[in-house]
Amino acid sequence: MTNKETNDISYRDLYVSPDKIYPRQVNGHFARLRILTVLLLLGCYYVTPWLLWNGDQAVLFDLPARQFRYFGVTFWPQDFIYLTLLLIIAAVGLFLFTTIAGRLWCGYACPQTVWTETFLWIEEFVEGNRNKRIKMDKGPWNFNKLTRKSTKHFLWVSYALFTGYTFVGYFSPIRELGLNLLQFNLGPWEWFWVLFYSLATYGNAGWLREQVCLHMCPYARFQSSMFDKDTLIISYDDNRGESRGKRKKNSDYQLKGLGDCIDCNQCVHVCPTGIDIRDGLQYECIACAACIDVCDNVMEKMGYDKGLIKYTTEVEEKTLGNEKTLFFRPRTIIYTSIFLVVVVAFFYLISNRIPLDINVLRDRNNLYTESFSGEIENTYTVKILNMSQKKQTYVLRVEGFNTIKLEGESEFEIESGEILMLPVRIKIPGEQLTRRSNDIQFTIQASGEEAYKAASAAKFLGPKKK
Amino acid sequence: MSEFWSWWIILITVVNVLGCWALLYWTRRVKGSVGENETTGHVYDGIEEYNNPLPKWWLNMFNICLVFSVAYLILYPGLGNFAGVLGWSQTNQHTEEVTEAKKTYAPLFEKYALIPLQQLSKMKQATEMGKRIFVNTCFGCHGSDARGNPGYPDLTDNDWLYGGSPTNIESSIINGRNGVMPAFEAALNAEQLDNVVQYVGQLSGNKVDIAKATDGKMVFEQHCFACHGNDGKGNIALGAPNLTDSNWLYGGSSTIIAKTIREGRMGAMPAHLDILGKERAHLVAAYVYSLSNRQ
Repeated sequence: MTNKETNDISYRDLYVSPDKIYPRQVNGHFARLRILTVLLLLGCYYVTPWLLWNGDQAVLFDLPARQFRYFGVTFWPQDFIYLTLLLIIAAVGLFLFTTIAGRLWCGYACPQTVWTETFLWIEEFVEGNRNKRIKMDKGPWNFNKLTRKSTKHFLWVSYALFTGYTFVGYFSPIRELGLNLLQFNLGPWEWFWVLFYSLATYGNAGWLREQVCLHMCPYARFQSSMFDKDTLIISYDDNRGESRGKRKKNSDYQLKGLGDCIDCNQCVHVCPTGIDIRDGLQYECIACAACIDVCDNVMEKMGYDKGLIKYTTEVEEKTLGNEKTLFFRPRTIIYTSIFLVVVVAFFYLISNRIPLDINVLRDRNNLYTESFSGEIENTYTVKILNMSQKKQTYVLRVEGFNTIKLEGESEFEIESGEILMLPVRIKIPGEQLTRRSNDIQFTIQASGEEAYKAASAAKFLGPKKK
Repeated sequence: MSEFWSWWIILITVVNVLGCWALLYWTRRVKGSVGENETTGHVYDGIEEYNNPLPKWWLNMFNICLVFSVAYLILYPGLGNFAGVLGWSQTNQHTEEVTEAKKTYAPLFEKYALIPLQQLSKMKQATEMGKRIFVNTCFGCHGSDARGNPGYPDLTDNDWLYGGSPTNIESSIINGRNGVMPAFEAALNAEQLDNVVQYVGQLSGNKVDIAKATDGKMVFEQHCFACHGNDGKGNIALGAPNLTDSNWLYGGSSTIIAKTIREGRMGAMPAHLDILGKERAHLVAAYVYSLSNRQ
């Protein structure tokens, strides 16, 4: 502002409360698909910790014990590589599906969407449909509003608490946790996580909703870089729809120069992020397809063709369907190959996983010692971890030289989940050593039917050759 | 922290917290109105950016942070020398955790402290505990496998400088030992030295010059018998090693034996009472005892 306007200064807030969005409930093909995924995903989430395997909780991530139990297999922090691979699979999978089908994740599978959906069901159940909710929120506080609001929040909070309890149930045995929770007898961290996760569920799914997608979600911001002209998007057909306008049913609207869009604004009312899909593709669109469902219903009532708003791709939209969507394109082929490679690597490694770990530490202060008989000695502490589910007998060997002696126990039993610390001394005749630092290898082999092996390389230090 | 620096830090912290709040307050709105669908003027690949306000909850998160920082500064040390209402400090937390750990482990140590060594050496948990302490504390000289190094005895055989009974072992650990082999350079001439070296070699079965060894025997009986005994079998009361076996602390070649006699040796096992405490020493002793008394 160059000229001074001292009398009429208008201010504009840089922070404004966003308008509350009241998404209308929809029926239709994609809504049914979402309800199905919601039930499936939440079902898995709430049921999994209750499953038993040989009498124990099937899925339990026991952090204090550093044991991650998964249907009879125990994973250890040493197995972190599998989690890494799993996360890579998830990431590449997300990229692949985004490239092909756009924001499939956002619309159907994201926890934010899934829990918001269930919170909306509760809201609708207690406060009624969109119009009733808007009317009630505008109206004065009365007994009806107070009871309905408090009932809603009570249900939300209870549901959120159960969600938080279930979450902690993955890390702390869920049955005991339930009893302890009822007696208000949890540890400080259990309390923290139950309450924190509950608060996050209640806050995100009850209050923040689309704000999470618009302002917090990183994926919402970078997904567009995976889009190309062949990616599935939800789009309003401008050519068919415009110009939009109200009309009577069965009137000859084309004569008046109107398109198929009757401007009923239903697509705006159902949108969980409050956008108008007719303005074109926007980053706010989570591709939930609610507008497709509702518009199809309206088109059906009007006796028009369905698909005024539909899943399509930029290429089909621009060429009016003359050019077909290219499914096999460099992007999808590369993502698919990476995806398959990582998946195969994951399953290969998992099926060849050895429930045994060996760790060798050379004694810190000694370089080497020379025995009276001329042998060079190095001392090591060998740590052996039995990651299997049962007690095992193992044999320890050392290799790397023609004559290499191991002094100390070489055959022993280790209980399941125990670490054996084994100090051993390795002796090599001096004349065999040509260098100061030599490579040797410790191998540990399980005895019995499953004779799997684990190995660890170590350095053997000797004197400098004259 | 001196009074000046304390106030300096308080000043900086308070000014910063207030400054953040003032900045938020003064920048929450700007002069002038904005038209419908006005853009910021930024264009990327044809994509324009609306000049829309941030959501209000964003501002509230800043406010929550400020409230949190005030609460934190009241509860915890942050304002110069002010210790905070909770009185938390790293030292206190450490002390508390140590006390807590002692409370957890003390009963175990106390229980084992009352069990005689011989019996304790057969209890797996006790010897595993002892082993861990040994590997941490004793490995430097004896090796983590306890087989010793030149000058530091092997603890896994049954040859003991100061005796291998439970009491002896425990006493060696708790009180330490000082082994002294005096230097005989002044007392013996070259010939006597050579002879006694041959004799000592003969005691442990080395091939030696018999004539010299016979002469050496006389030297031995004159100078060495007091500690090593007439038969050369040593004396555990003095820590004088047995010379008739093939275990050598410093080496059994004639050169090394000669060096040992000429220059003497000082063996020092430090006392571990202050380092380990009685209860831990007891567990280490049980472990060491178990090494040479396997079933």
